Amino acid sequence: MSLEDAFADGPAFVPYLAAGDPDYESSLKYVEALERGGADVIELGLPFSEPIAEGPTIQNAVVRSLEGGMTPTRFFEFVEDLDVSVPLVCMTYYNLIYRYGDESEAQRASNTSGETVSNGPRPFVEKAAEVGIEGFVVPDLPAEEADPLREACDEFGLDLVFIVAPTTRGERLDRIMEQVSGYVYVQARLGTTGAQSSVSDQTGSSLERLTDYDVPKAVGFGISSGDHAERIVASGADGIIVGSALVDIVAEGHENGDDAETVADRLETLARELKDGAVAGASQRPPHPERT
Amino acid sequence: MSADGKFGDYGGQYVPEALMPAIEELNDAYERYVLDNEDGFMDDFRARLRDFGGRPTPLQRADRLSERYDREVYLKREDLLHGGAHKLNNALGQVLLAKYMGKERIIAETGAGQHGTATAMACAHLDMPCEIYMGERDINRQRPNVFRMKLNGSEVNPVTVGRGTLKEAISETMRDWATNVEDTHYVIGSVVGPHPFPSMVRDFQSVISEEARTQAREKLGRLPDAVVACAGGGSNTMGAFAEFVDDEETALYAVEAGGSTLEVDEEAGVAPNSASLTTGTEGILHGARTRLLQDRDGQIMESHSVSSGLDYAGVGPELAHLVDTGRVTAVNVDDDEALTAFHRLSQMEGIIPALESAHAFGYLESVAGPDAPDSEEADGLGEYVVVNVSGRGDKDLESAIEETYERDIDIAPNMDEFTGGL
Repeated sequence: MSLEDAFADGPAFVPYLAAGDPDYESSLKYVEALERGGADVIELGLPFSEPIAEGPTIQNAVVRSLEGGMTPTRFFEFVEDLDVSVPLVCMTYYNLIYRYGDESEAQRASNTSGETVSNGPRPFVEKAAEVGIEGFVVPDLPAEEADPLREACDEFGLDLVFIVAPTTRGERLDRIMEQVSGYVYVQARLGTTGAQSSVSDQTGSSLERLTDYDVPKAVGFGISSGDHAERIVASGADGIIVGSALVDIVAEGHENGDDAETVADRLETLARELKDGAVAGASQRPPHPERT
Repeated sequence: MSADGKFGDYGGQYVPEALMPAIEELNDAYERYVLDNEDGFMDDFRARLRDFGGRPTPLQRADRLSERYDREVYLKREDLLHGGAHKLNNALGQVLLAKYMGKERIIAETGAGQHGTATAMACAHLDMPCEIYMGERDINRQRPNVFRMKLNGSEVNPVTVGRGTLKEAISETMRDWATNVEDTHYVIGSVVGPHPFPSMVRDFQSVISEEARTQAREKLGRLPDAVVACAGGGSNTMGAFAEFVDDEETALYAVEAGGSTLEVDEEAGVAPNSASLTTGTEGILHGARTRLLQDRDGQIMESHSVSSGLDYAGVGPELAHLVDTGRVTAVNVDDDEALTAFHRLSQMEGIIPALESAHAFGYLESVAGPDAPDSEEADGLGEYVVVNVSGRGDKDLESAIEETYERDIDIAPNMDEFTGGL
């Protein structure tokens, strides 16, 4: 199923977890629980050592996952081992995409100069396509620097999701919307990722600026309850993205030493609450928002 | 440099979308105020560097070093700039620019604390509220600088993630900026980060080479054969080199921190050095493509240096480009050599240098000292050498005591009475 199709039947619930948090086997169970809870798309984080767009919750997830031995190679194995049927989006930072496979073993062995031969993002995208990933979100890659990744995604039929921030306007918005595919990630408020106790009022005006663009709009940053999900979808979002609130459950389970099945059940429960909230929000929307 | 801030393949703008409008706004302000001197910005900046900063700094002949190395050794005395390091050139420029842009709040990261201190001073001078992010580990090894920042009225926010050094402090400052981007300017401390920072910081620091070039002409009647500067992120390096880049007869040496060894422990994710020009590979960190200390997957490694101001896993993109093109020669000096040079300059010239700057003198000793092999490297330095004394060493006294005590440095004073610290 393509990403855009995942948004076709009502509002999409898009949960995020860091792959391998806190360990490989538990993480497989956690991601699979998200699908049982009603996920339409799953964003899987490949952890990078310098996650500049993340708040403390996901920074800690990144540390746990890296300490658990996650690497790009292990990440692709993880995706192959996952038993889920919804589309998967890889969320990571550009250096990991850029560096992957950029030197063959033979090149490495014959290379004594300290220089490396870079092949750009293509090998990573090729491998992602091979294991069944449908798209990417790369928080430190603005549209200005995205051409090489966009080209590789086009070559292998993958989507490239861009983030639109509350500060994004005018020409910048047009430039992003020319490049985006799959869905657009609407950043609900300024700052870094992290669960919030209330919904940002920047969301409505962000969605308004995007009305004229014909691509699904998924809102993320700070959503933590079914009630948030409902209000955001009611205000016009085509989907909701939830990360930190789910990662909190993983972190708490890890700290308390809870068994993986119990943690997976909690994830499934919150996932269902969020999905139900999104569906309830959709019923409050005008059937066909007028476009001018 | 091209219009999009690329130096060859290096540079660029790899930052979250939320920051891009602020970076575009900054680029516009950089072009208008810095490049075109709109509203007399550069005149204002230069006047403040003179009256508040104490510029110009001298170009001083180092008599005993000249004798020791059998050539004319001149010191560019950035240690005499207000605050005790070259850092004020950039901090004052950026805080003033933020003022011209109508920003209301300043944030900055700091490693050794020199940039934080300079930013705090500039903010007090220009009446701007200021918050500094500093790794917890650096806070512990640079307490006097933490106090100085607080004396100047800045808040110091400890960064506890990772190993708590400069790399983590930069990431955390970027997060603050992404949250408060509309009224806040991020005063980045080196020639790193997304465009226009590498170019803008170089332009503010290039006063070093501008003065040194004129002073050399006046004092020597000629340009130096070589300029030597230490390199961490590379701001004093680019400042000392910028105006000499087109003078092809002047060789440029960037001296990196070789740390304890250039060997890398990939398993542990640790590079026990900060020599990204010497051993690094191409990648993307903190907004720019450059040379980095990273493992084969692209995870950034923990760097190390006896000098916390050089302790960073990346380097400015323009400097990386100048090394690739052969215009700048990257060399390195290890912790022991740097510490020995710290003692030597203190004893022979009466100048206690920052441990960062000591690396530049360590290089001189290693190629031209009495124990150096007769090498072509020494010939490369030529007859007239300018060494940039990027900062003074007062901030490093506690680490110098500790590190000297742990090592067997024959020219050091008897350390027994200092085992308990200062």
